[in-house]
Amino acid sequence: MSEFFEIDAVIVGAGPCGLFTIFELGLLDIKCHVIDILDRAGGQCAELYPEKPIYDIPALPLVTGADLTNRLLEQAKPFHATFHYNQMVTELRKCADGRFELKTDGEITFLCKVVVIAAGGGSFQPKKPPIPGIDAYENTSVFYSVKKMETLRDKDVLIVGGGDSALDWTNNLQPIVRSMTLLHRRDDFRAAPDSVKKMRELVEAGKMQLKIGQVTGLKGDKGILSAATIKTADGSVEDVACNTMLPFFGLTMKLGPVANWGLNLHENLIKVDTEKFETSESGIFAVGDINWYPGKLKLILSGFHEAALMAQQAFRLINPGERLLFQYTTSSTSLQKKLGVN
Amino acid sequence: MAKITFIQHNGTEIETNGIAGMTVMETAVKNQVPGIDADCGGACACATCHVYVEPEWAGKLGARNPMEEDMLDFAFDVRDSSRLSCQIKVSDAIDGLRVRVPEKQF
Repeated sequence: MSEFFEIDAVIVGAGPCGLFTIFELGLLDIKCHVIDILDRAGGQCAELYPEKPIYDIPALPLVTGADLTNRLLEQAKPFHATFHYNQMVTELRKCADGRFELKTDGEITFLCKVVVIAAGGGSFQPKKPPIPGIDAYENTSVFYSVKKMETLRDKDVLIVGGGDSALDWTNNLQPIVRSMTLLHRRDDFRAAPDSVKKMRELVEAGKMQLKIGQVTGLKGDKGILSAATIKTADGSVEDVACNTMLPFFGLTMKLGPVANWGLNLHENLIKVDTEKFETSESGIFAVGDINWYPGKLKLILSGFHEAALMAQQAFRLINPGERLLFQYTTSSTSLQKKLGVN
Repeated sequence: MAKITFIQHNGTEIETNGIAGMTVMETAVKNQVPGIDADCGGACACATCHVYVEPEWAGKLGARNPMEEDMLDFAFDVRDSSRLSCQIKVSDAIDGLRVRVPEKQF
């Protein structure tokens, strides 16, 4: 199902800097859509360290990644941005009329006047365990995510990992697969205790196997897996028969398609100026961890500053010839109206 | 100051000077040691600073902490000698430390 949106601005990335960009653009009446590859806002704060304290956000002596995300979402709320989750921007190109066209892997197309890349460390992608020869089985027998459960019906499935994804999929898929084996490097699981309990009950009932060890090799032919060789904790080696393997080792950040958008880069970061935080392409901005300029510090607070300055130039591009009046939220009734407080 | 040696997968050795108070991961990043990705910047949240402690240093660095143990679930080819280098503090006590960098963090 393809969708199309025509709007002022698109923000690529819903991490802290992307979220604050909604606020800064909103104060200048610029409406935006936000795209993120994750299924929720927060970026690294949501994915890597939701529960870990951050100590260097001005005026917040201690805040967790999840709490910071929620506060930024609340702050941006008056501006009614539209969020598109589980979407990776695959293409960005300039149109003949000077506007930009973005396309996502979920077949959403955006036509906009301004693009703000707030993509942090790039796109989050599943970690691929460096098992020799694994490439040959990817997308035929080895999958890093489950898109449709039905495709795994009656398969002999080996799930590798000990976190929530591994345990959830073990429990959810067990009823429909022919055989289920969960392999984890230790007999302790960081997943939610409830799902661990459920998995152990399934093992006890003889409905699945739990193995403690690590995958060292794969066996199969023409992309079809027949077994995974595992090394158990006591050093013994055995084959686990399976025709499907689902490794869940968390996510890692890759620059991804950003590298192909024709922007000037500096060591995999997007070069911007320090007045407008504009890239080598006028109308495309980059804020937060993904940008680079002399003296750049990868701090959330730097991204906030960059968003505020970038918004000024975005306003000029979207409203050519219009005068931009600098105002404070403390005193401006017009800003307060936008914020819904006056 | 503590000398820390990172042994690359191909055998190349990179000698660094660790500063007390920093972590072994930070020392690697500061010295641009390939293979220490440290995606999360030291929050013990990503397992991309995985190293193998050389046998002569086994047992001399203290035990993995519980958070590190959990996070190692996201590393590949975890061995008894596996540590996350962001969880090893540099001090005089680890002068001469030798760690091996995996072929790939992921």
